[in-house]
Formats: sequence, C-alpha cells, structure tokens
Amino acid sequence: MNSRERILGRVRRALADVTPETRPYEEAVPRDYLRAHGERTAGETVDLLAENLADYRAIVHRAGAGELPALVMRLLAEHGSREVLVPPGLPPGWLAEDGPVRIHDRAALTAARLDRVDSVVTGCAVAIAETGTLVLDGSPDQGRRRISLIPDHHICVVRVPDQVVSSVPQALERLDAARPLTWISGPSATSDIELDRVEGVHGPRTLEVILLG
Amino acid sequence: MRVALFLTCVNDTLYPDTGRAVVRLLTRLGVDVDFPMDQTCCGQAHYNTGYRHQAEPLARHFSEVFRGYDAIVTPSGSCGAMVRELYPRLGERARAEGRGDGLARTLAPVVPKTYELTEFLVDVLGVTDVGAYYPHKVTYHPTCHGLRGLGLGDRPRRLLEAVKGLELAELPGAAECCGFGGTFAVKNAAVSAAMGVDKVRDAESTGAEVLCAADNSCLMHIGGTMSRLGSGMRPVHLAEILASTEEEPAV
Amino acid sequence: MSGTFVGMPAFPQAAGKAVRNPTLRGNLRHATHTIRAKRERAVGELSDWAGLREAGRRIKDHTLRHLDRYLEQLEESVTAAGGTVHWAADAEEANRIVTGLVRATGESEVVKVKSMATQEIELNEALAAAGIRAYETDLAELIVQLGKDRPSHILVPAIHRNRGEIRDIFAREMGEWGRPAPEGLTDTPADLAEAARLHLREKFLRAKVGISGANFMVAETGTLVVVESEGNGRMCLTLPETLISVVGIEKVVPTWRDLEVFLQTLPRSSTAERMNPYTSMWTGTTDEDGPRAFHLVLLDNGRTDTLADTVGRQALRCIRCSACLNVCPVYERAGGHAYGSVYPGPIGAILSPQLRGTTSEIDASLPYASSLCGACYEVCPVAIDIPEVLVHLRERVVEGGPAVRRGNKVLLKPAKGHAAERAAMRAARWAFARPGALRVGQRLASRTRRLHPRTLPGPGRAWSGARDLPAVPPEPFRDWWQRTRGGKDGDR
Repeated sequence: MNSRERILGRVRRALADVTPETRPYEEAVPRDYLRAHGERTAGETVDLLAENLADYRAIVHRAGAGELPALVMRLLAEHGSREVLVPPGLPPGWLAEDGPVRIHDRAALTAARLDRVDSVVTGCAVAIAETGTLVLDGSPDQGRRRISLIPDHHICVVRVPDQVVSSVPQALERLDAARPLTWISGPSATSDIELDRVEGVHGPRTLEVILLG
Repeated sequence: MRVALFLTCVNDTLYPDTGRAVVRLLTRLGVDVDFPMDQTCCGQAHYNTGYRHQAEPLARHFSEVFRGYDAIVTPSGSCGAMVRELYPRLGERARAEGRGDGLARTLAPVVPKTYELTEFLVDVLGVTDVGAYYPHKVTYHPTCHGLRGLGLGDRPRRLLEAVKGLELAELPGAAECCGFGGTFAVKNAAVSAAMGVDKVRDAESTGAEVLCAADNSCLMHIGGTMSRLGSGMRPVHLAEILASTEEEPAV
Repeated sequence: MSGTFVGMPAFPQAAGKAVRNPTLRGNLRHATHTIRAKRERAVGELSDWAGLREAGRRIKDHTLRHLDRYLEQLEESVTAAGGTVHWAADAEEANRIVTGLVRATGESEVVKVKSMATQEIELNEALAAAGIRAYETDLAELIVQLGKDRPSHILVPAIHRNRGEIRDIFAREMGEWGRPAPEGLTDTPADLAEAARLHLREKFLRAKVGISGANFMVAETGTLVVVESEGNGRMCLTLPETLISVVGIEKVVPTWRDLEVFLQTLPRSSTAERMNPYTSMWTGTTDEDGPRAFHLVLLDNGRTDTLADTVGRQALRCIRCSACLNVCPVYERAGGHAYGSVYPGPIGAILSPQLRGTTSEIDASLPYASSLCGACYEVCPVAIDIPEVLVHLRERVVEGGPAVRRGNKVLLKPAKGHAAERAAMRAARWAFARPGALRVGQRLASRTRRLHPRTLPGPGRAWSGARDLPAVPPEPFRDWWQRTRGGKDGDR
C-alpha cells in the first residue's frame, strides 16, 4: 500500500463516527459576518484606502491622468533612481519619455541584474480599503512577481475608484485564483524583534502608491 | 421560591465565614435559604485533574441533593461553572462512550437552576444595591471561571459600586489568572507561585487594603501569597463585603 | 513527530528553571504584553468578529469531517495546475521525499520560508545529513539558526531573545554562514533588520531551490497561500526554479471563498495587523513567472491519529496564529522551550501530546501545563476549546484508554507516577459520596487546628514553598448551620 492510500485510509477510519454532510457546502457552513464593514461612498472608500495605506507607512499620492507622468518622474528623481523596471504592459503615458533608463522585465534577466535596478512601476489588480492592501495578479501592467519584489522602491498605481473595494471578501470575488497573486500591505516589515513592528526587511523598503483618478 | 445554598466543600471546611455571609445577605434580602446537609463536592477537582469517571458519582450526588430546589446559589465561580458548563459535558461524554442518556438526564435539572451568587442577586433578585456598608479601599479580581466561564461581566462591579463607604480601585491586568488553577498550584508550583506574586504586586499597586474576589480557592492562593510576602493587603470574599452593614460591619 | 526535544525534562522542571531566569521573564513579559493590547485593538475594529470566528470554526470542522474528499480534490486541482503531489505518512518519509527532490536538482543548498511543518519533521537536520545546507530566511528563524538555539514561539521563534542578545548573535555568527554583520552593528531593530537583509540577499538571488510550508491550501482551485511580513517568503516562493512545499493535511480548506474568513482573522490574531505586509498565492506553476517545478508534500505525521480522537480533533483547526501563546500567563512565565516541542504554549500543550502520544515524560506533563484559565479559548480565532482538550488529555494520561497511534488502534495504559494522586482522588470521591465521612474529616481538622503548621514538609512544599496555608476554622459551616439552624438561633 502506498502512502497516499495509507493516509486516506487512516482519515476514513478516524472519521468512522462522523455522519457525512448531505447539504451543499454553502448551506452547511453559515456565514454570519459582514461582506464589508460600514457604508461608504466610492470617494470615502478611496479615502479609507489612503488612510490605511499611510497607517502602514506606504506613501500615498493622488494624481489625475494628465499629472501622472510628471509625478512618477518626480518620485523617481527624489529617490535618485537611474534605472526603473517596467512590466511589459505598462500603459503608455504613465512614464514620461525622459527620465531614468527603462529596464524591461524579460525572462532572461537574472535576479542579480534586477537587484541593481533602483525602482519599479506597476499597476495593480485590486486594492482593499479596509486593510490598506494592494493585490497584484501578474497582468501585463504588473508583470512577473519578482519585479515588484527585488527593487527597493515600488511605485504602484491604483485606478480609483474602479479598482478599489471595501473589504477582503469583495477583493476575493474579483480575483482569479489561477493567477499568481501577491497581496501587499505597506512596505516589508517584521515583528520578530520583541514583537514590535519595524518596516524594511527583504521586500521594497519604500512603497509609494499613486491613486489615479 | 425554594433556594438552596451550595456552599462548596472548600468553603464548608475552610471558609465558613463566607457561608455565614451568604446566609446573612440573602436573609436580609428576604430570601429563605436552605443548606441541604447532604451536599459535599461538585467533582470539579476530579474532573479538571483528569478523573472524569470519578467525578460522575459526585455529580449524580449533587443532582440528588439539589434537584428539588428552584434555585441553587453558590459563592464560587469555578464550582458554579462546573455545574453549568461541565455537567452537560459529563452527560455528553457518557453518551459518546455508549453509556446512554442516563447521566445526561440525571444532571439536566440542576444545570439551569445553578447561579453564582452575583448572578442570583442581579438577575434573579434584580438588586445591585444590597444595602451594604464597607468603609475600605477595595480592588476586585475577576476569577477566570467567573469571568470567562460563566460570563459574570460587570455584575460584581455593579454590586461593589453600590456598597456605601467602599472605594473601588481598578486592578491592573485584572483579567489575568492568579495562578491557582486547582492541582496546577502544586503540579506546576513554580509558575503558579510566580503568577500569584505578580497578581499580589498588581493588587498592591492600587493602594487598596483589600483584594476581593468571588471565589475562595483563588483567594486561598492569593492570600497565602500575600501572607508569605508580608503584604499589608488581605483577601476578602465578595459575599462578606456585601453582607457587611453599618449595624453589623464585617471585621 | 521526531527527536530534537526527546529527553526534555517534564514541563514543571523546565518551567521552574525558566521562572528563575530574570532576562527571559523580562523579554517574554515585554513581548507578550506589547502584542496583547494590539491584538485587542485589531480585533475590536471588526464588529463581526464573533461571526468570523464561528465561520472559521465551522469551515475547519466541516473540512476535517470530510478530509479524505478534500485531500483528493486538492490533489486533483494541484496536479491539473502543473504541480506534483506527494504523500508522507510520517516525518521520515517526508524528509526522504524532500531530500530526494533536492538531490534531483543537483543543488546542495536551499532557502527556506518559515514553516512549522518542516520544523516539526526536522527537515534541516535531515537535509544536512544528506549534505544539503538549508538557510532559514525568516528573521526570527535566522536568529535561532545562527544562535544554534531552539524556537520558542510559533510566530516569533526568537521571542526569548531581546535586541541586545540578537545583536550579539548576528555580530558573532553571520560570518560563519555568509556575509558578516556590518561593523559597529547596533541593537536598534531597524539596524538588525538591515543586517539580515544584507546577509540573506545573496542567498536569495542565487537560490535554485526554495522550501516552504503553507497557511492554507484551497481544494477547489489548488491554490496555496503563504502569509508573511518580511518578503523572505516572496523571495523563496518566486525566485527559485524549484519550489517544494511541505504542508500538514489539516491545512486544506474547501473553497476560494473560505479565504475571506481566515485572511481577516489570521493577521489580526497573530501580528495584530489589519493585514500582514505580504501574502503570496500560487496555483501550480505559471509560465515565465516563478518556479518551473512545484512539489507539494502532504504530511500526516500524527494528524490522522489526532483526527481519530473525537474531543482532541478540534486541535487540527489551528491556523498557527499564536494568539493563545501571547495571552497565556503560563507561557509568559515558562517560556516556549519548556514545552519541549516546536509547538509551545496552550496549543502546543494539546497538539504535541496528540501528534507524538503521551508516553514520554514531557508529553505526559504537557496537559497539566495550564491553570485552565480559558484566556486561550477566548482569543482563538477558530474557537478551539483548549481547556476542554487539556482536561481530556489529562484523562488519557491518568486513565489510559483507547487511542490511535500511527493509524492503529491501541489501548493506552495509565501513565506512571500518578498512583498516589489516583488513590487520593478515589478516597476523596468515597468521602464526598458520604456526607457523614466528610463531616468526620472536617471535625478532625477543626479539632486539631492549633497543631496545623502554615507550611508543609515533603511533597506539601509544592504548595507551601511560596504560599502560607489557610488557617482551619474552629468549626466547619455545616456544624454552625446545624447548631444555630442557619443563624436563626443567633449567630454565635
């Protein structure tokens, strides 16, 4: 007998006392909790997102479509970035023509090469106001998971209010499980020293979020 | 209403003053309370130490002694929780062991009729001002089984706040266990003692003369620690404070 | 479970030693009190916490009660998404599978994300024996690995170390493992985090094999979820060519939607955050993004034995948040090492004796490592009634009885060392069943009261080493009641 059969056999014997559930799963497990906490207008939801992002030390900016390239350039310049990593489908017009050298994420680039790039600019799939979370799903404007990980400075553009939801349950409804997902809530941090939160470990130590709308 | 005092074996043997205080208090409030002489022990120590099967005859005995009363009042959060929370579990476990519904049926009648003293005062009698007088600074320690088991909530506090002359001081870290825990106190004596010392230090920091609780087992541990540390504080059961009046003050 | 901790003294001895260590007491008190207040605030923000907790409990219970079905579904989903599923009945088999998979890549080093399952099976030791070096990349795990120490907390394995001790370990040991700590390293947490960043960076960038656990596995989609803070998880999960995840079979949940419960309750319960900095979700492999090979090792190692216990099986609901450790007054004073297991604290006290059995001295003592204060149950985000299981396991220790070990039904003998207690409990039960006998005892105690000391010799010192005994009253209550007819004949 192989281990698969052994383990499944043990499980079945262990559950000899259990009457199998016949109702559909969603009926068998009642969910007496909220889909979102509180009633908000779209604008208030965006404000809450900004507040919660800032609470976990993300730097939040707001811009209209026309102002975006200049803002991105300014943030890159302030960071002293000479090279900026871009996903394959970064919308034209997010970056100005001049400015830092664009490094296009290609499979052939090694992690060590990406480590020498100063900044990365991406979009996101959805943002969650209640928790101050950005979710990236590897779409063309976000690229491979590693590009928002290795550079120390991440600029993430959120289209508001369309990409903003209130809550975790609402975010999951919008996401596709088949895609690789990265949930980001502030810059990297640790609570490992005396259970107190300190920002800045392996992921980007500076997270700037531009609310584009 | 036929009301029985379930004093508990610990109070009966070591803390008769608490029993007398409950009787005096309830009598003052117009309750004719009886003390069934056949009562012994609810079986909590047996159950919690892993001797569930030894606890069963004690639970049956409890039910035989008390089932005829309308209300069973106890000045002990942990023994109250034993009856209310764990007697139903004794019945369930017996059923799961293939021993039928007998035990569950025997124990069922006493479960909903058992009240911890402050529940009986606030919920059944509907009083918070029991006419007590106690001119001392007091801090209150909510014991674990009262707080998290029975969910006594703010009942003890409301009763204490209505006591004339009493100054109530907030106990820091009040919700934390004092470290008694029944046989835990001897099986893990070092940790238990350390928890006791921390509780006493927190109590002392309030500047109160008296640490009050609604369970003498915990007070035995806290009081024994106070005495060993030479603390100026003393432990007093809540019932003795509520029984105290200007005419008949507690010592 | 296996060996590191075997031969540990029983809990009371180890805890007694910890209680007398003022540095340890200070470190634990500071850390646990910091997180307790924060957790309360984070949980208090959600008005529907009770509903989320109940849903979490029900989802886990339902899954456990149909675990065979969901494991098969998970296997199918992971395989369809390009992953390979392996089954390991015990630690040895899991280690053999992982070692074989690493060897097949030709690599001799791996980077690891913090994982309780791989700690439990002592994977690092097994890899080392096969000539493979495993680098822990979580900051606390790094502190433990560099300090040749043992973990003492589920979430923060180095909780027993303060910043000064961590600085010393980094300054002394980092050079042995790779890039040394910067000159003049201070003990500020930011500097310590920076030192870890620099030390590990080169390892992440060259790693070809990553090893992880997972917080959740979704049967419906085949998705695995890792919840973390530092970004070391993302590094290990996305940069290597091969990813091997070792996950306990109880970590499966039925549907994608179920994550909406746990992604709200886990971060708030563990680090007291609305959301942890990083959560990674992956389903099999993705073209041109992340590892090209993904292996999932499903681990039993005592879990099915635990599942067979109708009372104890609720321990398998655990999502490893550590809220019960942080709130536990016993853990706060005894420290994590006293529990002799990678699972310390209240959850460890019910998990270790079920996964490993109650035959060793340490495992037989763990069910007693609690005052049954109930704080753990109150904070548990999946409502595990830890006191109930502790008492149930005490019963198994003193009474023995039927249990399942390695899939086989066994009849456990009562543990040694409880004979005197058992006799005392029987005697007490005998007396309590006879009010007359109780009364004789009480009167005897009262009559001899002046002879009673305030302290006790011998085994009684367990009480009176730190506490005076109460004075025995001149008469028990029942005598007063009978003498005065409940005070009706006057109080005296």
